[in-house]
Amino acid sequence: MIYEGKRKIWSDYQKEIPDDHYFYVRSCIRQSFFPASEAAFLNITRNILGRDVFETEHHTTCGGIAYHSDTIPQETVMTIVARQFALMHKHGYENYVCSCITSFGVYIETLETWRTFPELEAKIADNLRKTCNLEFAKPRFVVHASDLIYKLREEIAAKAKYKLVNAKTGEPLKVVEHIGCHYSKMFPSKGVGGAEYPYVLTGMIEAWGGEIVDYPERRHCCGFGFRQYFIKGNRGYSLSNTHKKFESMEPYEPDFIITNCPGCPYFLDRWQYVIAESEGKTYGKDGHGIPVLTYEEVAGLVLGFDPWDLGLQTHQVAVEPLLDKLGIPYDKEKKFLGAGGKDLGRPALPSCLKCM
Amino acid sequence: MGKLYDMLMQDYRLREGLNACINCGTCTAVCPAAEFYRYDPRRIVDVVQSQDDSKIEELLKGDVIWYCGECMSCVTRCPRKNGPGLVIMALRSLSIDLGYFIESEKGRQQYLLSKDLCGNVLNYGYCVYPREFDYKSHPEAGPVWEWEEKHLEDVFERLGANLDGDGPGAMRKIPDEDLAQLKRIFDITGATKRMESVREAGRKKAEELGLTEEEFCTLLYEQSSPRHLNGQ
Ligand code: SF4
Ligand code: SF4
Repeated sequence: MIYEGKRKIWSDYQKEIPDDHYFYVRSCIRQSFFPASEAAFLNITRNILGRDVFETEHHTTCGGIAYHSDTIPQETVMTIVARQFALMHKHGYENYVCSCITSFGVYIETLETWRTFPELEAKIADNLRKTCNLEFAKPRFVVHASDLIYKLREEIAAKAKYKLVNAKTGEPLKVVEHIGCHYSKMFPSKGVGGAEYPYVLTGMIEAWGGEIVDYPERRHCCGFGFRQYFIKGNRGYSLSNTHKKFESMEPYEPDFIITNCPGCPYFLDRWQYVIAESEGKTYGKDGHGIPVLTYEEVAGLVLGFDPWDLGLQTHQVAVEPLLDKLGIPYDKEKKFLGAGGKDLGRPALPSCLKCM
Repeated sequence: MGKLYDMLMQDYRLREGLNACINCGTCTAVCPAAEFYRYDPRRIVDVVQSQDDSKIEELLKGDVIWYCGECMSCVTRCPRKNGPGLVIMALRSLSIDLGYFIESEKGRQQYLLSKDLCGNVLNYGYCVYPREFDYKSHPEAGPVWEWEEKHLEDVFERLGANLDGDGPGAMRKIPDEDLAQLKRIFDITGATKRMESVREAGRKKAEELGLTEEEFCTLLYEQSSPRHLNGQ
């Protein structure tokens, strides 16, 4: 009955996601920590599913992290946003897809604020003309890159080499989903499934054979908190929020976590390492952690990409136990090699968190 | 109606984030900051709603407004469609504009945040740039980042990125003409002015404390008084 209730909520929050022809903008954090995820997104949408996803080198940060760290005024971030939209228009696109959740929130907030205060929109258009000499334009659709993968999830399932099931038992894997706060907490109608029961990642997991597990702190923030992570003296805030989530999900024994925000997988991965090293506590089996994956990484694994092409070697929590469960082959000798097989040595091993 | 309240009402985020608070405390119940810090977003919204300038001034000069993580969890749940997180953003901006931020331990961290984040935006076109994210300052990034930092070009090449390269791709070099546009945007929209006033206030504070800039930055980065924490 609860599930039926959620279905009803999900059907109330179905946003329109165009099928094709997108202008793509990258994420500062995803490029820094998960660059292979963005490469996988473009490979899947363009080459495997034949969609038109355009990128220009002239786009920049949206300024969202600086804005949410209160270092730049709202007018600044809005003018940077207007510049990104103008580049989209200049290249003949009207569908805008972004890799970052902080950006997604900033884009939606900007468009909604312009709608309420047209005089502000006029001011920003004037700023844009004076600073960049670009024509002001607004997208018809703004979606997050996870929305597009959600839209294409059945096409991905049709081409899948692996399902999210235990290769030995045939049981669906148990998956925890973590949605970035700025995806739909501010504007629930702009996210697939709304803010309380977002469906964007759940839809992917269900289409690819896994099973979502619910847990009490499912909607709790990962703890990034912008200034609360960047300043070392504040970092306890970030750690304690991640800790709260892991304590809450532990009894449900998830096989892995899927995320749509670029920051969350970094925090949920690295704070597991810190908890293990400082408290001796690990949340996976036999001293391992729980692998935390981006949705692009999950889609890539399902489609049969090599795990090391997806950058899974740059996670601190080892992914091998998950790959073994899925029956996905990997060459452990190649894990830390550079391009062309170049020897880059290996990272040191943590003392508590089991990494091999 | 107070003068500070009038100034706050100039901020679009306050106009969007404050309707009528009924003091229900739902925001505080869901707030991740309220669990960690001695922080109560309900009270902040109530103070602003009271329009009492002396209480607002206390907020602007104190640590409390800097505890929020801007996650916006409160926005979803508020039964009156308020946005305590948006109210906080407006308070923080005013605190910076009036130079009050420098008076509190948490507020003056803006000096470092402004230097690092605005520096990254203007120098590279990114808020976060991997060459400025060092393992020494981020030991929590783990030995895997220590390894990656040592082999950054090789790892980025292996992962199909375009670190500092021409043309599109992950972590490409943003062309100079685009960086120049970002700088002009900063100049015309008040970001440069904000950076300069934060820098000036920080410089004066460092002098007052008898610290060099480097010592001041270290203090800002590491200092954390237990009095901020819940349950202390
Ligand atoms: S935005 Fe700030 S006040 Fe609101 S829930 Fe998040 S941390 Fe708390
Ligand atoms: S949830 Fe809304 S109405 Fe309730 S105390 Fe917070 S701001 Fe006021």
